[in-house]
Amino acid sequence: MTDLSVTIGSLRLANPVMPASGTFSEALADAIDLDRLGALVAKTVMPEIRQGNALPRVAETPMGMLNSIGIPCKGPEAFIRDAIPAFKRFHPPFVASISAGTVTAFAHLARQVGEGGADVVEANISCPNLEADGHAFAVSAAATAHVTKALRAATDGPLWVKLSPNAPNIAEVALAAEAEGADAVVVANTILGMAIDIDHRRAKLGAGMGGLSGPAIKPIVLRMAYQCARALRIPVIGCGGIASAEDALEFLIAGCRAVQVGTATFRHPGAMIHILDDLDTWCRARGIERIDDLIGTLEPFEAPRLPPGEDLAAE
Amino acid sequence: MSDEPASTLLAGVAEHRVGEHLCKVLANAAVNADYRHLRLAAPPAALTARPGQFFHLLCPAGASGTPFLRRPMSVYEVNAAAGEIAFLYKVHGEGTRALATLRPGDVLDAAGPLGRGFTIDPAWHRILLVGRGVGLATLAPLAVVAAAQGIGVTALLSVRRPDLVMSVALLEAIGAEVHVVHDADGSSEVRAVERRLEQMIAAAPVDAVFTCGSARLLTLLQRFVAAHGLIGEVALEQQMACGLSMCFCCVRPFRVGDLVEHRRVCWEGPVFDLMEAMP
Ligand SMILES: Cc1cc2nc3c(=O)[nH]c(=O)nc-3n(C[C@H](O)[C@H](O)[C@H](O)COP(=O)(O)OP(=O)(O)OC[C@H]3O[C@@H](n4cnc5c(N)ncnc54)[C@H](O)[C@@H]3O)c2cc1C
Ligand SMILES: Cc1cc2nc3c(=O)[nH]c(=O)nc-3n(C[C@H](O)[C@H](O)[C@H](O)COP(=O)(O)O)c2cc1C
Repeated sequence: MTDLSVTIGSLRLANPVMPASGTFSEALADAIDLDRLGALVAKTVMPEIRQGNALPRVAETPMGMLNSIGIPCKGPEAFIRDAIPAFKRFHPPFVASISAGTVTAFAHLARQVGEGGADVVEANISCPNLEADGHAFAVSAAATAHVTKALRAATDGPLWVKLSPNAPNIAEVALAAEAEGADAVVVANTILGMAIDIDHRRAKLGAGMGGLSGPAIKPIVLRMAYQCARALRIPVIGCGGIASAEDALEFLIAGCRAVQVGTATFRHPGAMIHILDDLDTWCRARGIERIDDLIGTLEPFEAPRLPPGEDLAAE
Repeated sequence: MSDEPASTLLAGVAEHRVGEHLCKVLANAAVNADYRHLRLAAPPAALTARPGQFFHLLCPAGASGTPFLRRPMSVYEVNAAAGEIAFLYKVHGEGTRALATLRPGDVLDAAGPLGRGFTIDPAWHRILLVGRGVGLATLAPLAVVAAAQGIGVTALLSVRRPDLVMSVALLEAIGAEVHVVHDADGSSEVRAVERRLEQMIAAAPVDAVFTCGSARLLTLLQRFVAAHGLIGEVALEQQMACGLSMCFCCVRPFRVGDLVEHRRVCWEGPVFDLMEAMP
């Protein structure tokens, strides 16, 4: 067995594979052994009770999907009373994903779920900031710094900040989160997209636009995770289109300390377990004893070598 | 009985209620111009599927690539002795067109069984099934299981054209009383169906009503069930992504007292209380 354990700040995870927020619930225990996962991550909870967006909420795309769920939510009290105990029946650390429209409400919610038993608070800062024209916190380094500072003051436990790929310069936003005390960043949420039903000349999503996820976004998010990992001292958790051990390895080699798996579970409920098994097999086949030894080992390209018989000077 | 046992992708699936089953295709033949009957060799865990439950099928590559999301299909037949499950499906868009290309011997990945199926009370004497189009695929196994428990079955099948009617033989074989209505002669119109249902239950009273496949029939049956003090259930459809309750894509509105509540077709359903459903 390969030693798959990794550390994210003060937290030691048995392995680097965990679900992505909004694509997982304890109901997956009907299909897989949740105790094998590195951590358990719940759907984002918000301060208010919400129904979510208009239907349809999903549209299939080539190698991916668009969603406009809109975070339906029963509120923090129901979450602490019902959801946290349901997740805590399992052994892996429990990550509560939270979001809010204002900095004050965000910080209050962080304290609530921290006291309610969450092992980690993951701040989903891709939601509209009601105090800044409705732009997501995550598209601005200043807004990210502001909300991270308030979250850091509100909770002593591990704090992860989940970034948006819709930010113009994601590494700059990541640096702002690091500077204000985040223990890790998650790179990233979904990419804003759209699809149109040409026969009815209507958007395929009830909300008009939505978030693209799945293999289609992997190269873009991998690039972003790499840029963040190069810029930061705190761990980066990669998330976007990961469906296989090979995908996960790309993110680890790019410098990510762990990965989150989202949409892949929709195609294969057992995806995370297969990734774990295949990571072990891959490492053993290469004599790699600790997955930790792979992290951030991307080799620079050497000067280009030409096949024999060809000569640049001849051109 | 298939010669090769079907296998299962998930490690240790025996302890898990939902499996990702790799099933060998035994047959996938056209039943008529629109519908196909897909028979699979299935492992024991898949054979626990109850009427009203569904499987989430991973479609093979079709003409325009591989459909990314799975497609939900109600279980149409379960033959535990033979180790088989079957689906009855309408060829509709990209995913079902891809399913239609499956040949005997191919392998289909079917996740399930999923969702909550129909309620069956052994104390009932007779049930009424009202299906439109492919909704019948969902109701047929309920007829089979009810009949096996000694419950009488009356069925009204509504179709666009008489040549699209399916499963009459299957229903008659289990002793059901079958009525067919269609659009061509107007017999499937709401008022005509309502009169027909009144006559049917006057001749043979029923304890519960089940429907699938039409919003119009659902509204009609809500009136009918309320007027006769009956109970009923409806199987509903909605676009899905995960099929396992996690993503909240497949919600529909339900009337609960004065409130409207969202419920997931894949999890709280696909079978719901007839009166709470909103067409
Ligand atoms: C619980 C359940 C049981 C079902 N049982 C049967 C059955 O036994 N036989 C049968 O013929 N059909 C059944 N359906 C409908 C079937 O799932 C759709 O016809 C099928 O998904 C269409 O896929 P497509 O790619 O051919 O169509 P497209 O229109 O190309 O599909 C595009 C997307 O919309 C979704 N979609 C389209 N129509 C429906 C629909 N009516 N319900 C849910 N999703 C839809 C597809 O899954 C896909 O994600 C059932 C649906 C549900 C929810
Ligand atoms: C249906 C759906 C719901 C999601 N809900 C949330 C959410 O509530 N909070 C959040 O931070 N991210 C949410 N996401 C984003 C995922 O956590 C993840 O960042 C994204 O899907 C990219 O990863 P993937 O390609 O592996 O799915 C959701 C994604 C999907 C597909």
